[in-house]
Amino acid sequence: MATVAASASMPAALPRASVVARRRRRFYWFIVPALVVVGAVIVFPWLFTLWMSAFEWKIGGTPHFVGFDNYTGLFTNRRFLEAVVRTFYFTALAVIVPLILGTIAAMIFHREFKYRGILRGVFIMPMMATPVAVALVWTMMFHPQQGVLNYLLSLVGLPPSQWVYSPTLVIPSLVLVEVWHWTPLIMLIVLGGMAALPTEPYESARLDGASEWQLFRYITLPLVAPFLFVAGVIRTIDALKTFDTIYVITSGGPGTASETINLYLYLQAFAFYNIGNASAVVVIFFTIVLALALVLLYLRQKTQWT
Amino acid sequence: MSPRRIVRRIGFWFSVVVIVSPAIFVFLWMLSLALKNEIDNTAYPPVFIPNPPTFANFISVFQQNNIGRYLWNSIVVSGGATLIALLIGVPAGYGIARTGAHRFTVLILIARMTPALSYLIPLFAVFQFLRLNNTLTALVITHLVITVPIVVYVMAGHFETLPRELEEAAQIDGAGAWTAFRYVALPLARPGIVVGVILSFIFSWNNFVFGAVLSGRETRTLPVAVYNVLTFEQLAWGPLAAAAIVVTLPVLLLTIFLQKEIVTGMTAGSVKGG
Repeated sequence: MATVAASASMPAALPRASVVARRRRRFYWFIVPALVVVGAVIVFPWLFTLWMSAFEWKIGGTPHFVGFDNYTGLFTNRRFLEAVVRTFYFTALAVIVPLILGTIAAMIFHREFKYRGILRGVFIMPMMATPVAVALVWTMMFHPQQGVLNYLLSLVGLPPSQWVYSPTLVIPSLVLVEVWHWTPLIMLIVLGGMAALPTEPYESARLDGASEWQLFRYITLPLVAPFLFVAGVIRTIDALKTFDTIYVITSGGPGTASETINLYLYLQAFAFYNIGNASAVVVIFFTIVLALALVLLYLRQKTQWT
Repeated sequence: MSPRRIVRRIGFWFSVVVIVSPAIFVFLWMLSLALKNEIDNTAYPPVFIPNPPTFANFISVFQQNNIGRYLWNSIVVSGGATLIALLIGVPAGYGIARTGAHRFTVLILIARMTPALSYLIPLFAVFQFLRLNNTLTALVITHLVITVPIVVYVMAGHFETLPRELEEAAQIDGAGAWTAFRYVALPLARPGIVVGVILSFIFSWNNFVFGAVLSGRETRTLPVAVYNVLTFEQLAWGPLAAAAIVVTLPVLLLTIFLQKEIVTGMTAGSVKGG
């Protein structure tokens, strides 16, 4: 302690860099406890998973080393490959729709109007609500005979739908829940971007007779693009990982019509206790998430340079 | 006001109603289901206003489904995991901000990208080995996966916005790094701590899959218990909706009353656990 106090009062006595380095080193101790915990509950599971993916192991039995067999097995496993395609389909819809609706909502909440605070509070409630609770309510609303959604359709003269009971409509129906749940998060991120918008370009563009659409297309959109991008990356990661909603509403059904990678993984691990195979699924799944995030980041860099 | 402006105003308010109503509708429908008897709940066309409203569904979930106990389990698990996350995450956030150890933040971002299920397989195996499965201890430890990254991320961002001059002044006066943290930086960090606590508590509270896999009959968390109302009661809509309200109402109240903190945390860090 004394040395630091001394060197601080006599900065010329030591090269500045080493003082800073020494001062910094003491702050590393603040990180150590968190590092230990993160190592135990986050990093250890990663390594364990990677290791187990090379074994054939059922809980209770003895593990057999099988090398890459779990992986090669998965690449020829029709059910798994279908789950991968389904996950991409679900993710694409569950990213694009909230991005569009969230931007529109942000433009509305960017304006000043009466009760804006309380209405924004109501609008973001879905994002914080417990997914299981929400999913149960949607399960009841989707009911083909007694569900309120088909009643609402009949009010506007549309025929009833089978919703999650139809193999073709189940994914779009689940996306509907996802859109309801996560559009508020996109809205908040984009709204944060809009808060920093300058006013001058709008004023001069208006003087030049630009329409509202032109203001949005040529001023607002380019300026909030970085925020939309961040929102898009976050949404992509979360959509890929969706579990609660699908598990509660359909458990992957009807048949396997809504079985995404995460659902397949859950069955392998905790219904069949195929730990080795499930670990290989995790590794592939994580690679997909990481690769998509990196591709998006790369695209962002590219569009920034041109 | 000119007619043109009136039309535009009506158009604007119409769009406000359109974007807010799905949120209101789902929550009101949940409330309506919970306050109606089973005959009205399965009627077609649906009955919207409970007449007369009944609390029988709430009484039934507390008596038959033991929801009170699971409520307590959830408070212990989310409270415990948040507390531990604070104890280790607040100093860590400070350390990261003052050393610029951003590799640690990258680690946390990757943790954010990993599917929650992937932590469960190894932890399940370890808890099996330690005979900790079906205990609240195992759940608290697992929930650290959610709470620690949130607290560290929020706090690192928050400490970076605090000026260093005060701490440096304290250190010149002879205070150690810990004293400077404890008596200078920490009191200033209260707004960030509030944000971290709210977000980590809510995301731990909302978590379903950890409890679904790791808890036994006595140690279920609330979301798991609510899901079990569905599987055992053969679509009894009233009790199901009542249970859904018990789990999500505390979170919705927090969202309404602490909107500012939640908005700050969600936009700055954009962290979502699990």
